[in-house]
Amino acid sequence: MSSTGQGKGWDVLDSQDRARFEQLVLPHLDAAFNLSRWLLRSRSDAEDVAQEAMLRAFRFFRGFNGGDARAWLLQIVRNTCYTWLEKNRQVELMTEFDEDLHQQSAATPEALAIAGDNRERLARALETLPVRFREVIILRELEGCSYKEIASITNVPIGTVMSALARARQRLQRALTQPAQQEAPHEL
Amino acid sequence: MSCDFSGTLLHAYLDGELDAMRAADFERHLETCRECTATLGAAESLRSSLQHAQLYETAPAGLRKKIRAELKVSAGKASGSSVAAWRWLAVAAAILLVTGVAWFALPHFLATSMQSSVTSTEIVDAHIRSLQAGHLTDVASTDQHTVKPWFDGKLEFIPPVHDFMDEGFPLLGGRLDVLGERNVAALVYGRRKHFINVFVWPTKEPDTPIHPPGSRQGFQWVHWRHQGMEFCAISDVSAQDLHELAQLFIK
Repeated sequence: MSSTGQGKGWDVLDSQDRARFEQLVLPHLDAAFNLSRWLLRSRSDAEDVAQEAMLRAFRFFRGFNGGDARAWLLQIVRNTCYTWLEKNRQVELMTEFDEDLHQQSAATPEALAIAGDNRERLARALETLPVRFREVIILRELEGCSYKEIASITNVPIGTVMSALARARQRLQRALTQPAQQEAPHEL
Repeated sequence: MSCDFSGTLLHAYLDGELDAMRAADFERHLETCRECTATLGAAESLRSSLQHAQLYETAPAGLRKKIRAELKVSAGKASGSSVAAWRWLAVAAAILLVTGVAWFALPHFLATSMQSSVTSTEIVDAHIRSLQAGHLTDVASTDQHTVKPWFDGKLEFIPPVHDFMDEGFPLLGGRLDVLGERNVAALVYGRRKHFINVFVWPTKEPDTPIHPPGSRQGFQWVHWRHQGMEFCAISDVSAQDLHELAQLFIK
């Protein structure tokens, strides 16, 4: 209600805000970078985008309500990544998300364990997944997010998180156990 | 895919996102469903591959420094406008609307299982947390007349507190705990040299019999609802012991 509220509250962040931001949000830089790296499939692009997202987060910092700082930051990181993809690699966002997958993966746990043993192979398989599948795997398996956190980061209901994870895992298993040449992911 | 669960609930189970009752149900389903058993095995193997492959990529050393420097500059002159603020609000409103609509389309069982209930992961985590030194009880007493009034004013409900020493489950004390975002009462019982946590919180759902046990990470739990309270007893003692204790609560 005060006359300074609007101008100061939204626009100008001072050194006190910066200290708080560095304490609450900046420690999650690795999470921001990791998510960007896997969404963009490139370390150097991820570096730019993670930095941009971090600065954007700072501008919005007064809107942060003090909850889960990592989830709040990752939501901004994800949006920044999608904006970047839209601008630079629109094709990736058009990859069919709801592809019918009623085909049961024939992979046995043993076959998977062998195929998944190789970091390079696993990374490549992960990168062949459409970005919306890739992101739930990264958030769940690498970042250890709960369904609720993933739902808030990716802006979908919790039930959708579950079905996206189910499909993503299935596709990843398939990519891992199929010959490499069939994996060509981003054709139109 | 012939079993509906293998593409849905199975994953919530694997991720510890089902509530205690549904996790136990799913385990019973696993006993007879070959497809789910196979799918679960494959999913677990995939998970362990992902976790062992060291795929996590941390930020390059210079990035943090670079961002710090930018923040310093930005903190002095960061500017937006109320237009930007309004645009942000409009986006937020649109997101809320979409999320809201999508939510209503969800099957009810998912909503109740994954939104409003306490998940098995939360229960196991709370149990493990309580076993850390000094965390087991806030009020250590074998006297129910000490433990019960202790909760008074600390919670919005009064948990039923009884000592079952004569039946082999001495009351050791109580504590406040948080499951999900809910404040719950935790009653601590002994069983030989083991500890049992009984989590109690109010519910509007009707009574249910003692649910067959669930298990995770070597812990067993049983779940039931009785007279407006929801209970979950968890421990490393046998499921049969837990069942016995649960029956004492219902008597």
